[in-house]
Amino acid sequence: MDLFEYQARDLFESYGVPVLQGLIADTPEEAEAAAAKIGGVVVVKAQVKAGGRGKAGGVKVAKTPAEAREHAENILKLTIKGHPVKRVMIAQGAAIDQEYYFSVLLDRANRTFLSLCSVEGGMEIEQLAEERPDALAKIAINALTGIDLAKAREIALAGHFPAELADKVAPVIVKLYEVFVKEDATLVEVNPLVLTKDGDIVALDGKVSLDENAEFRHSREEMERDVLDPLEAKAKAWNLNYVKLDGQVGVIGNGAGLTMSTLDVVAYAGERHGGVKPANFLDLGGGASSEVMANGLDVILGDEQVKSVFVNVFGGITACDAVANGIVGALTKLGTTASKPIVVRLDGNNVAEGRRILAEYAHPLVTVAQTMDEAADKAAELANK
Amino acid sequence: MAIFLDENSRIIVQGMTGSEGMKHTTRMLAGGSNVVGGVNPRKAGETVEIDGHSLPVFGTVAEAMAATGANVSVLFVPPAFSKAAVVEAIDAEIPLAVVITEGIPVHDAAAFWAYAGEKGNKTRIIGPNCPGIITPGRSNAGIIPATISGPGPIGLVSKSGTLTYQMMYELRDIGISTAIGIGGDPIIGTTHIDALAAFEADPETKAIVLIGEIGGDAEERAAAYIKDHVTKPVVAYVAGFTAPEGKTMGHAGAIVSGSAGTAQAKKEAFEAVGVKVGKTPSETAALMREVYQAL
Repeated sequence: MDLFEYQARDLFESYGVPVLQGLIADTPEEAEAAAAKIGGVVVVKAQVKAGGRGKAGGVKVAKTPAEAREHAENILKLTIKGHPVKRVMIAQGAAIDQEYYFSVLLDRANRTFLSLCSVEGGMEIEQLAEERPDALAKIAINALTGIDLAKAREIALAGHFPAELADKVAPVIVKLYEVFVKEDATLVEVNPLVLTKDGDIVALDGKVSLDENAEFRHSREEMERDVLDPLEAKAKAWNLNYVKLDGQVGVIGNGAGLTMSTLDVVAYAGERHGGVKPANFLDLGGGASSEVMANGLDVILGDEQVKSVFVNVFGGITACDAVANGIVGALTKLGTTASKPIVVRLDGNNVAEGRRILAEYAHPLVTVAQTMDEAADKAAELANK
Repeated sequence: MAIFLDENSRIIVQGMTGSEGMKHTTRMLAGGSNVVGGVNPRKAGETVEIDGHSLPVFGTVAEAMAATGANVSVLFVPPAFSKAAVVEAIDAEIPLAVVITEGIPVHDAAAFWAYAGEKGNKTRIIGPNCPGIITPGRSNAGIIPATISGPGPIGLVSKSGTLTYQMMYELRDIGISTAIGIGGDPIIGTTHIDALAAFEADPETKAIVLIGEIGGDAEERAAAYIKDHVTKPVVAYVAGFTAPEGKTMGHAGAIVSGSAGTAQAKKEAFEAVGVKVGKTPSETAALMREVYQAL
């Protein structure tokens, strides 16, 4: 789960990482009130999970509350890289002397954590890594020993901080690592980490991704409410793995790999049928029951963009008869309000019984296909009607 | 031969007495695996009867190994307790630990992987979040259905469970030497490269199917490894060509970040080293069939 900047700011603050004041606003009026509360110069920042906000006009300095209101009004109309701006953060202004970079993240290749650090911050880190690779220190972190003050100082020195500055930054790095570990993050990035003209180190902008597998030891309901789209929230409540995409063919599969593969096969088939695309990713998970299947259909059919649905199940542990019963149950519940065609491909565990159940039910909206490719083609064709 | 698992594998199940553990222990036994016991500290000393097999329950992995000669552990321990269970398996120096559990926090996986390294990597870890490993006709450690495919000359390594099943199903007329699901999490024990090295060394494996997916650069590294070390034909499939940037596709590890981790980049890396890549699972199976018939 990727957090918004304001959520990262709040999280940092709770761990004692130095941050500036920041208040969220969903309307120009709230922005004006927030600016008045903070006082002095503020920065109005679009809250979207996309880089390049500044260039897109999503970050503006305001000298007065009235100006903050005006900027918020404009920024709340923007769409940045496909993300409509629904919220701004009003951040306290600061006189910045220097900008640095720090992050700690998963290093998949080496199966450990990695810290990136540079005394040269402010620009996109990918750009820095490409143009000035020597300026960016990459230090492997042992997951068992982590980052203590000595390690933090080593990281800062490797990132070419002068010794005196490294001493000043090291405690902040230790706190950021504490956020990384205690919050079960997969990424904690501060860009820029700044030195103010008053000589303070401050985390000015943060990016945090949290590991959803670790939810059992955290309470993140509030954060999730802000982050998830309504259909995603509904799917989550049912423990379904759902990602909303921008297409017309609803996809339900079992297992992440097969479901991903199904999206591809649908997109290829779409090339032959007016360019239709998958509308979502929905993985029923292992050993899905008929209830899980019915819930999945409920979520997909709630997406207005969906024109047809493709259910693709290879029963390993999942039994095809349970999937078929789930489809029958969902359609029976919907009754005459069901209107979208459903193409079903079943193979594997109890496939004969699954196909028999669907054949017997003989619902006019349900088509049973023999192979994955054939089913994808049919679903794309139906979505293009 | 086959890889990592054969008729000499003596399996214990950590978490055997839980519902998933019982269900899959039953399946493993039905498929002919030599399951010799289970581990659950709260039920140590009890015996579990499954379809005519009396399986003793031990308090620790070390006790189970001492009493049964077990050399493989399959873990169905819930996510919150998995780290401790894997650490216990490592401490007991069991040669193979297959971690089926889905939903283990990545910080926990990083911790047990680091711990395995500190202990000298005496335990091969497969997973987490994987379907396990099957050598058809000889042994099955995990949840891969034993009936999909019989034995044969194709080695299969995959990040995904259901795509493993799908591919075994597509190639069931040729048969599988060993199929190994390495798991879709960002941090896993056994990698594509480990499996490729083992298949290369296995005389029973004549050709290899590799299934990858978006995220990370494991496929690119596998391609580089194939170029230098694998002489057997390899056919690959990569899932997630149409996945958008920044959205996690089910597996915690399946995410395209910026220009990194795309299916296209992985496909190109494979093709650059002469590995044929199928656009769909069925096309991949067809490519494998061609390659196999030309052998």
